[in-house]
Amino acid sequence: MTLEERKQQVIEDFSLYDEWLDKYAYLIDLGKNLAPFPEEKKTEDNLIKGCQSRVWLDAEEKDGCLFFQADSDAVITRGIISLLVSVYSGCSRDEIAADDFGFLEEIGLRENLSPTRANGLVSMVERIKEYGR
Amino acid sequence: MQVSELRAQFPILSRTVYGKKLVYLDNAATAQRPLSVVDLQRESALEANANLHRAVHSLAGEATEIFEDTRRAVQAFLHASAPEEIVFTAGATAAINLVAFSFGEAFVKEADEVLVTVAEHHSNLLPWQMLCARKKAVLKVLDICENGGLDIESLQKSLSQRTKIVAISHISNVLGLVNPVREIVRICHEKRIPVLVDGAQGVVHAPVDVQEMDCDFYVFSGHKVYAATGTGVLYGKRKWLELMPPYMGGGEMIESVSLSGFKPAPLPAKFEAGTQNINGIPTLKPALELALQMRDDKEIQAEQKAIFDYVYDRLMQDDRIVLYGTDRANKVPLFSFAVKGAHHEDLALILDKMGVALRSGQMCAEPLMDRLGVTGLLRASFAPYNTLEEAKFFIESLDKAIGMLV
Repeated sequence: MTLEERKQQVIEDFSLYDEWLDKYAYLIDLGKNLAPFPEEKKTEDNLIKGCQSRVWLDAEEKDGCLFFQADSDAVITRGIISLLVSVYSGCSRDEIAADDFGFLEEIGLRENLSPTRANGLVSMVERIKEYGR
Repeated sequence: MQVSELRAQFPILSRTVYGKKLVYLDNAATAQRPLSVVDLQRESALEANANLHRAVHSLAGEATEIFEDTRRAVQAFLHASAPEEIVFTAGATAAINLVAFSFGEAFVKEADEVLVTVAEHHSNLLPWQMLCARKKAVLKVLDICENGGLDIESLQKSLSQRTKIVAISHISNVLGLVNPVREIVRICHEKRIPVLVDGAQGVVHAPVDVQEMDCDFYVFSGHKVYAATGTGVLYGKRKWLELMPPYMGGGEMIESVSLSGFKPAPLPAKFEAGTQNINGIPTLKPALELALQMRDDKEIQAEQKAIFDYVYDRLMQDDRIVLYGTDRANKVPLFSFAVKGAHHEDLALILDKMGVALRSGQMCAEPLMDRLGVTGLLRASFAPYNTLEEAKFFIESLDKAIGMLV
């Protein structure tokens, strides 16, 4: 799948739920199923500042594509970061640099988070963008 | 008074969030404001707005009269012996910073000690850390017991001849326990050590009589007792306030000024530099009147008691939940707790979508979180306008949220 297709997939998955509580249930599900993150990668360098809960993000580059791994101690945050990981893993640095991350607005995630959580989301997005620089 | 009558005075309580009825349980962060307070602030701006104490015109006279009348109302509320002992500030934080600076300048030297407790809000910790750093003094910390109460047994041992001041909360904003301040003051005074009491939560839940308590300083914020934001009070015994230098310079805090120096004004103006919160401070009067009325009202107190018993019992009986501050006899309806296997932030986020506003995180008390061995907690804090029905809805919603997460 291309980046665009992966985004469309997320938008479609989210549109199945009308109620925010159901969307959260979906995020919790994603969070619980996020691939395990190695303990030794929970370093200060990989920790994202600006989140109320702790969030770690790491990336490996293979054949010009980035593959992200992430974790958090809060499960909804794990769900959110898992969305970002699934959408942006497989992107080249150029693709990430060119992306506007607008699909987060399209699924209504940003405005439905508390301000502290929204800041956390911004911090997560910023960290992914750094890989495009 | 019926709780419904009381709620009618707080229009915000009838709004919705995400299409759900709002259940506001973050009162320890800020209380909602009644119409009397909002109306007075508006009226003050529209009808009596003028700077205080200086001009001779009639508006200035009226504004000054209202401001000084408020001071007498606060004096009566705290049962202070004179209006000069009431200094208006921007809040409890500003008041503690004032004392930490001015008292510190006058009385704290290198190697002296300041005693706080591990359960303090950052506002009653950082000003003292800053003072100790400035003066090379030592900050000592009193611990808590298993049930969250202060370790009073250790108080004697924590005081020394070098202890210059003790700063302690009346009620912890996390544990919700009323500290035995009268006893603490007595022990400290035996050694001639003054005591500052942080009453930010205290004025909300406990009657305060500063003469009976015999504390040297008592501070609180207006917005937690239904007054406008940016209002606060420092009560200080005259003997200390007289000996302390001004905190900030400028405005009406002077008697005379020359290029070589100034002579400060008498109390309380000496500590009220700059233009005061002219439209905000007067709201303390109707706010404190309402606080007293609610405290004395049988029906409202009965509802509060029912809420306390219900929430306390449900949280204590649920083995998925760990409540902090369990000393029932001294507890107010402020409940901080952890849920096993669920992050406080996830719970708060889900409860928010159900309409329940709770606080999550460290609640401006990071050292206490470290002491309790948690990264954060969830807090439900009730006000007299909350109902038992809301308490039940909170417990049901919490149960559902836990079900989604664990």
